[in-house]
Amino acid sequence: MHIDKDLVAASATPLVLAILADSESYGYAILKRVRALSEGDLQWTDGMLYPLLHRLRRLGYVTTEWRTPPEGRRRQYYMITDEGRQALADQQRQWVAVTRALNDVWPGSGGLLAAAGEA
Amino acid sequence: MESLEPQIAEWRAYVAGSPAVNGQDVDELEDHLRHQIADLTEAGLTPDEGFLVAVKRMGDLNTVSREFAREHSGRLWKQLVLAGDEGQAHAASGWVEAFAFAAAAAVTIQVARLAADFPDEEPTWFARNVSLFVLPFLAAYFARGRQLDPRAWVLTAAPFVLLALVINLYPYDADSSTEELVALHLPVVLWFVVAYPYMGGTIRSHQRRMDYVRFTGEWFIYYVLIALGGGVLMGLTAGILEPTGVDIDRVAEWVLPSGAAGAVVVAAWLVESKQRVIENMAPVLTMLFTPLFAVMLVCSAVVYAVTGLGDAFDRDLVSVFDALLVVVLALVLYGMSAREPSASPEWMDRIQLVAVVSALLLDLMVLGAMIARIGDLGFTPNRTAAVGLNLVLLVNLVGAAWLSVRFLRGQARFHQLERWQTTYLPVFALWAAAVVVILPPLFGFD
Repeated sequence: MHIDKDLVAASATPLVLAILADSESYGYAILKRVRALSEGDLQWTDGMLYPLLHRLRRLGYVTTEWRTPPEGRRRQYYMITDEGRQALADQQRQWVAVTRALNDVWPGSGGLLAAAGEA
Repeated sequence: MESLEPQIAEWRAYVAGSPAVNGQDVDELEDHLRHQIADLTEAGLTPDEGFLVAVKRMGDLNTVSREFAREHSGRLWKQLVLAGDEGQAHAASGWVEAFAFAAAAAVTIQVARLAADFPDEEPTWFARNVSLFVLPFLAAYFARGRQLDPRAWVLTAAPFVLLALVINLYPYDADSSTEELVALHLPVVLWFVVAYPYMGGTIRSHQRRMDYVRFTGEWFIYYVLIALGGGVLMGLTAGILEPTGVDIDRVAEWVLPSGAAGAVVVAAWLVESKQRVIENMAPVLTMLFTPLFAVMLVCSAVVYAVTGLGDAFDRDLVSVFDALLVVVLALVLYGMSAREPSASPEWMDRIQLVAVVSALLLDLMVLGAMIARIGDLGFTPNRTAAVGLNLVLLVNLVGAAWLSVRFLRGQARFHQLERWQTTYLPVFALWAAAVVVILPPLFGFD
């Protein structure tokens, strides 16, 4: 399924924050997780992830640390902050409101609201 | 993956070529690329195929580096040097265009000068309008360079027209001090008006506002450099032509106003096209002068605290303090705009705080004395303008000091400091506009 690029862009921040809320991570792993979560529907341009991560860092939503895992190359890990969690909660409220509204005008798509309720 | 090393190195070099992407970003992207290739070869692709797919997934490098530039505008704010269509659009407004606008400004000021018969006569309308002869060309230069739509052109031009009408329709008294204040404040207002076309109309963007602050600082440095060069040129010309009996003053009358007006646009063009050269210079100047100013301010604060103000202060002293606060604010803003926002507090931030706090203490003493004097003698236009500017700066610096204390103690993000300054910028514009538009009628054009 093709997802409109505006929608991909809009969902990027909450997705990344939610993944980092689960556990700290690094760029490539975040991207793999997004692919797995969306079963390949959300196709990001890989390179775009990094400016996004850096923006989240500037806003204080994540902090970063360079680490060298025993088997591999030096890489930058991203960790969510309290402000990041607040931003995520805020985003969740907005998405729930949007999905609820869509759900109301699209009769017969009961699954949407159920999914939103979980969030 | 051995056989891929040369290809990866080449890719890396290409990515690193973008001025917006620094070494660590390249490391990060390369790590990503290698992961992707490893996963793809594991899934059965040959290394070469894996490399191609991984590179493709990484996205068009021009688009990606433009995205980096947008996020890290502090690192470069050189949307002009960026590759791709956007870059070409800007490249079109090259030196020919810049010099055309500079020449237009130079001719306009010359026509106005002849009409005013300056410097034999010194009509006040000339001093009052001088920025209106120059800055519209700078605004137009940006509006053209940014390819603004007609609506944005109108929004760019409207403030110029309105202000020109207002300041020329007001019936100032003879030797009016409000008129002098208008002449002083109008350039500031118009400079903020130029921000609109500079930002391509996106005046709500805080990052673009910071870009404009950077631009202002760099522009100032270039302008001073051009002025120095121009001074040497004029001096030598005078030395060479004097013996031949040419009246050098007459030559200067023609050359100086046009040169000064044209240099406004030329300096802007230089900032736009040579950003990378000067970029290293302005932060160095800030680094150099912030500690020196901090020492000077601490010493003065101590001296004033010991000796007291006495009769030393008058209106001029408040003006000196206004100038001082403007310089301190400029150092703060400039240090801020050149800083990597994600870095943690460092010694420079502490020195800056020392400078700001001493400036505040000094200023509070002067302001207290000034307000007492106003209590005795009442408001005049000059006192109102000086004290108002002082208050506007004071509020800004108190906020900045408060946020940097919190930042140094790890309770606030650097981002919040930046946000405070960029949010405050319109206050300066509004204050200057108030002095130009509201103060004269308030004081009966005295």
